[in-house]
Amino acid sequence: MRGQQARDQAERKAVMATLAQSTGDDIVRLWNEAGLPSEAEFLRGPETGLVTVRGRVGGGGAPFNVGEATVTRATVRLPSGQVGHCYTLGRDKQKAGLAAIADALWQDPAHRSEIETRIVAPLQAAQAKAREQRRAETAATKVDFFTMVRGED
Amino acid sequence: MYVAVKGGEAAIANAHRLLADRRRGDRSVPALRLDQIVEQLALGVDRVMSEGSLYDRELAALAIVQARGDMIEAIFLVRAYRTTLPRFGYTRAIDTGAMLAERRVSATYKDLPGGQLLGPTFDYTHRLLDPELAAGGNVAEPLQRAGDSEVMPRVSAILAREGLIEPDGDMPQDHVPGDITREPLEFPMARDIRLQALSRGDEGFLLALGYSTQRGYARNHPFVGEVRIGEVELELEVPELPFAVPLGSIRVTECQMVNQFKGSAKAPPQFTRGYGLVFGQSERKAMAMALCDRALRASEFGEDVVAAAQDEEFVISHSDNVQATGFVEHLKLPHYVDFQAELDLVRRMRAEHDARERAGRAEEKREAAE
Repeated sequence: MRGQQARDQAERKAVMATLAQSTGDDIVRLWNEAGLPSEAEFLRGPETGLVTVRGRVGGGGAPFNVGEATVTRATVRLPSGQVGHCYTLGRDKQKAGLAAIADALWQDPAHRSEIETRIVAPLQAAQAKAREQRRAETAATKVDFFTMVRGED
Repeated sequence: MYVAVKGGEAAIANAHRLLADRRRGDRSVPALRLDQIVEQLALGVDRVMSEGSLYDRELAALAIVQARGDMIEAIFLVRAYRTTLPRFGYTRAIDTGAMLAERRVSATYKDLPGGQLLGPTFDYTHRLLDPELAAGGNVAEPLQRAGDSEVMPRVSAILAREGLIEPDGDMPQDHVPGDITREPLEFPMARDIRLQALSRGDEGFLLALGYSTQRGYARNHPFVGEVRIGEVELELEVPELPFAVPLGSIRVTECQMVNQFKGSAKAPPQFTRGYGLVFGQSERKAMAMALCDRALRASEFGEDVVAAAQDEEFVISHSDNVQATGFVEHLKLPHYVDFQAELDLVRRMRAEHDARERAGRAEEKREAAE
């Protein structure tokens, strides 16, 4: 049972991560295409605030504060009772609202697979492609050292 | 007597209207859009985010256009905006080892795991102005190279395996990271607070100080162990969720400076370090920060504090360009009353001086006559 709960939490977190990494425009487009319901009661927000980003001394040492970043958050309750949350970088309130509704719908067994296949899967695929492209572009700038042979042997 | 003076309201309103006009410039030239600034003046945007201490590209772009490209004014605008927002908390510390690196170079190891990735760098360009860019020509797509993604350990970890370098920089277990946005600066300060101040410090100021250490003012023989630029994921612990919530990614630049060794009767000699971490893509700033971080650790290593870059009070108190510009630029605001007082004083001193001179001359004459 605990293992199931941990798996659920990891999946929920992965869905939130995918939504946070997406643009609001992409989420809105997929949402409209999927025709998902978007009525929900906003228990909090959407509201914009700051988080303080922490780094580590030397990369892996004690934490220190680097600076702030804008974050928008929202908490919603569906008519069916599920409560969803979103925290995402930036100031896009529509995105935060929809992502919170997506989190709530994901917790509803009647909507989970729809959220996963119609919203999360396409976003994830696009992100993986963009990531791979970026990696391959960087890889093309990798230095291949070779040894110059000088003089006669 | 003190006379309060009011006035200038209309002049100020008209000046701001004129400013808005001059900022916009020739109306026949299309107005800049924020996405153009974000995409095409990306490193300027990064500087405003780093020194404004607020990661938000669109806001930094807005600040740049509103400030007519005056970077310090833009940084000022961003700092002011920041104070209007509530705080949601502190993120978990980012893991630069897990970065999706867009650039990663080491000056200490040629063949290091993960390799030397040049990325989008100005290095090795000829610094010749490009007339084709002025003509707005098309730009070729970048090339791609397939292959497995290699892990990219930090260079410091490689040296640490042999014990040849000091550890990352720990604090006591119960140490809560200081926050200069919450508590006033106090000297001497812990390294974590110093790093926070340096990360938002003025690039030019830190660059000059870093340069001064290379020229012999607190020389400490630096090598760039590694510079890496790329995106890292942010996570925030919140009470309403049982796991740290993922927020998305930000781009940062990290510099690991490896400096000359120190040892003692107890500890064997090992390399010391300076660390730089800044928002966005700015290796100049990250490197300068790392040089200053190392210089400011002088007393930790028992080094004599002889140069400006080693003087914590001097460096940290003057590294913030918003404070600096505020105090320098306030000089141009009306000081009429102050100045009247000074004027009055200097007139009185002059009168006394003249009286003394006249008295002296009269005395001389009298003596000569006698």
